[in-house]
Amino acid sequence: MTEQGMLGTFASHAFLSGLSDRHRILLASGARPFTAEPGELLAREGETAKTFHLIQVGQVALGLHTPDRGVVSIQTVGPGEIVGWSWLVSPHRWQFDCRAVDRVQGLAFDAEWLREKCEQDHELGYHLLKQLVTVIGNRLAATRLRLLDIYK
Amino acid sequence: MALTPNEPRDLDSPMLPRVVKVQAFQAETHDTFTLALDPPSAPGTPYSFLPGQFNMLYGFGLGEVPISMSGDPARTGSVVHTIRAVGSVTEGLAKVRPGDSIGIRGPFGSSWPMDKALGGDVVLVSGGIGLAPLRPALYHLLRHRDQYGGVALLYGARTPGDVLYREELQAWQSRGDFQVLLTVDRADPSWCDSIGLVTALFTRAEFDPQRTVGMICGPEMMIRFTLNEFEKRGVAADRLYVSLERNMQCAVGFCGHCQFGPNFVCMDGPVFRQDQIKAFFDVREA
Repeated sequence: MTEQGMLGTFASHAFLSGLSDRHRILLASGARPFTAEPGELLAREGETAKTFHLIQVGQVALGLHTPDRGVVSIQTVGPGEIVGWSWLVSPHRWQFDCRAVDRVQGLAFDAEWLREKCEQDHELGYHLLKQLVTVIGNRLAATRLRLLDIYK
Repeated sequence: MALTPNEPRDLDSPMLPRVVKVQAFQAETHDTFTLALDPPSAPGTPYSFLPGQFNMLYGFGLGEVPISMSGDPARTGSVVHTIRAVGSVTEGLAKVRPGDSIGIRGPFGSSWPMDKALGGDVVLVSGGIGLAPLRPALYHLLRHRDQYGGVALLYGARTPGDVLYREELQAWQSRGDFQVLLTVDRADPSWCDSIGLVTALFTRAEFDPQRTVGMICGPEMMIRFTLNEFEKRGVAADRLYVSLERNMQCAVGFCGHCQFGPNFVCMDGPVFRQDQIKAFFDVREA
């Protein structure tokens, strides 16, 4: 997808639904299209979370490094989803590796810039926080269901 | 009365198993296997069943179990069942080999709504062994591909080693005329698809909620969460169908073991329209 195409589909990303036009324009000013090739790291466990990623194409695997098994992937996220919330939550350090499974395209925001906009405009901040809490809630519910081992 | 294959008998007795030979045995996973059986029909009479129906399979000296057909309804030369070995009867059936004989009664039960889905999109959602009862529906959809809109299969399993029909799934993925989305709860380095609950695959499934029929088969927890996902996306309850598993014993509505509200799963199901069973589906049985 071209850069124009990326920005053109900015409004259609599920995470940005419900935003006012004013906030959509504001966020678009800070959005940077990105591409990650298969195997490329978007985030490394323990490093500073400097970027917030919206995924539009491809899949990203979230994983943890283990001493005996190397990196173990625990979840994948795909189009319409986001990578991480550590950029918002102190101490702003990635809790997982985030690696492109295939060719990934999307939009990236500088974390510091985004946090500053949220502090300056609480309406924007509240909206993004609501969206993030929804994502976190859905992933927590899914994780709990996986703990049940429903296929037993 | 000794039972032998093809012996004339009372064809109207639904309680009388026919003795059939095992044509083939295929191990699918560490605890799941597929049997291909001679058709239990009189010579010269083609065997037929509808996607979603089941047979009672009888292991001599062991007992009977209800098992859905998992083969292609258009191929009448054998009757295919995929079975998970979880109890004494199924563990006994896991030991049969080509040339052995088992008993079979059926087909019984309701079927997937292939006619209702004509002209529209179809989303099949399955988990674990739940893919087996849906596979005949998929065969039908692919055989009549031009009569349906978008078709998507969403399938989840515990681990890559628990994925059924892996080679067939890969072949389907490369067809390009329908979506095959796979996921596992726990991956290993060999796994290149999604990791997570099967419901997470909905973000990638392409279908028009207004003209979609959903068919769901798998663990009941998975069915519950899948129904929520369909509802969130605007698919009406009267366009969603689930295949239920209950303790079916007679398969003909005599014993009552499979009673589910006012329904018998063996006769009114196992495939039910969701809006017709919703009130009972949500009841906590334990």
